[in-house]
Amino acid sequence: MTVTEHERAFITSTLSESRINLEIESDGMTLNLGPQHPATHGTLRIIVKLDGEQIVACEPTMGYMHRGYEKLCEFRTFPQVTTLVNRIDWLSHFANEVPFILAAEQLMGVEAPPRAQYIRTVFFEMARLGNITLFLGEMGLQLGAMTALFYAFRDREHVLNLLEAVTGGRFHPNFDRIGGLKDDLPKGWIDETKAVMKKIRGFCDQMETLVMGNEIFQTRTRGIGVIPKDVALGYGLSGANARASGVDLDLRRDNPDIAMAWKHADFKVWTHPDGDSFARYWVRLQEVRESTHIIDQLLDGIPAGPIMAKVPRIIKVPAGEAYVQTENPLGWMGYYVVSKGDLGPFRVKIRTASFNNVSVLPWVAKGLYVPDIVTVLASLYFILGDIDR
Amino acid sequence: MSSADTGTEVTEEAPAVDERRDAIVAAVAARLGDAVVGSHVEPGVDVWVRVTRDGWAEAAQAVHDLGFTFFDFLSAIDWYPNIHGKNEEPPTNPITVPATSAELEHGVTGGETRFQLIARVFSPEQKLGVHLRCDLPDDDLSAPTWSRIYPGADWNEREVCEMFGIDFPGHPNLVHLYLPGGFEGHPLRKDFPLLARHVKPWPGLVDVEAMPGEPDDDAEAEGSEAE
Repeated sequence: MTVTEHERAFITSTLSESRINLEIESDGMTLNLGPQHPATHGTLRIIVKLDGEQIVACEPTMGYMHRGYEKLCEFRTFPQVTTLVNRIDWLSHFANEVPFILAAEQLMGVEAPPRAQYIRTVFFEMARLGNITLFLGEMGLQLGAMTALFYAFRDREHVLNLLEAVTGGRFHPNFDRIGGLKDDLPKGWIDETKAVMKKIRGFCDQMETLVMGNEIFQTRTRGIGVIPKDVALGYGLSGANARASGVDLDLRRDNPDIAMAWKHADFKVWTHPDGDSFARYWVRLQEVRESTHIIDQLLDGIPAGPIMAKVPRIIKVPAGEAYVQTENPLGWMGYYVVSKGDLGPFRVKIRTASFNNVSVLPWVAKGLYVPDIVTVLASLYFILGDIDR
Repeated sequence: MSSADTGTEVTEEAPAVDERRDAIVAAVAARLGDAVVGSHVEPGVDVWVRVTRDGWAEAAQAVHDLGFTFFDFLSAIDWYPNIHGKNEEPPTNPITVPATSAELEHGVTGGETRFQLIARVFSPEQKLGVHLRCDLPDDDLSAPTWSRIYPGADWNEREVCEMFGIDFPGHPNLVHLYLPGGFEGHPLRKDFPLLARHVKPWPGLVDVEAMPGEPDDDAEAEGSEAE
């Protein structure tokens, strides 16, 4: 009987669960990984119990970066919250602001004008580009390939420069307002952006040959850390991690009711049937390509008009509850906002992508070897601020 | 269109009746019977179902069987008023605390108790999500665990346990997730003070006064000043 790599990984993990290790029988040992992270995504400590070189149990320990945003939000006014949530996942900056603003707008019955919706969506996708281009290089770094990281930083810089030109901030634009945006686009920005999109597509081609085509990279990622579809759903894996396990979900396409401009763009949602680390890299690479096409299309169709709806100067949000979720670079991000008609929210529950994405780690790590856990962690792609909040 | 010209859109053209979400409520109610004590459908937006605490675990199984296999989140809401105010000086919002938990202001599905659990699951086929709610009696803050049905609930329940002090019998490993082991209190409860604001009041909140020279006839502005 021939067994595919996919099946073999699954069998290995099942075997180790019942603590049957055919190669070595030993008492096992405990190994501490972290809390420093090689790519400085934050401080995550992982305690792994080993049997020989195989992992039998794995316990992530978080909280080193817990900042209590849910509590802090209760002490802020609605417009002030965007400054906070910018810093949840610091690489997705603008994308973190959008679902909160949409939730507040939904409660107020306000909708941003079409031009603002388009610009919002363009910035949202640029946050995705900045975030995932870094991943594409940095996963190589974690597997020992240094070069890809420098290419990633070089090309991410173009995206950050574009953001800086409009918002003044490279990492924390804080640009989204209830009812629209702070400012309009500067002159000549659209042409410049289109040129950058070409560069990003070139970067994707480079990564495809440099990283994905590399034999060592393939050996270290293919069949490693396989997450089947039902497990991905049960743990609430979202974004590229879920799509790499064959879950065909993308809120940009599946949630057309929210006031964003994705419904006006034509793009493909890529999925991969394998569910291994290679698939997660592959899906993200395609996602960046699609993202550049979305930006191109939206910039072509951007309507004229105001960028701010008419909202009162002092924003009071009527009592009610709203939950708005968007497809952030790392996965689904949602804010459950409860308002009691005050200047500030009564309760904000922040549903972050990395929290659910990393919660699958104890399941997937079983049966892997020690170097593989680095691969799995890199490919699950998390930001510690997004886990700890 | 005039509303587009002024840049304001007052109401979304949502259908008054949302058949898909009504069907979800009906299906859950058919499965759980008396355990469903309340529901709310916001047409075209969202749906909430409130169940009793005894029906909490069964509700998870019911929605899982109905195809809501994607676990979104599980959390809790403390409906107690924020008795510490916002630590502004002087306090603008007098705090009134009702005598019983049933008199507290509850959200869209109503409620009887101070603490409510809230969870959301999503159906990959229907592309719809549903919120489930349940009341927790004030003298017994516990609810059956969801972690056997939705493995993703594991960490969420650990977080709710440390932040709100709610117990989940049957949970495999109910230890602190974020807080250090010896931490006292439950930070997301409304009676837990935000100590940083006690030490130094935050100036941001007074920043809502009218700009000098602006006519102050705005209804919203007056409303907030009177408060």
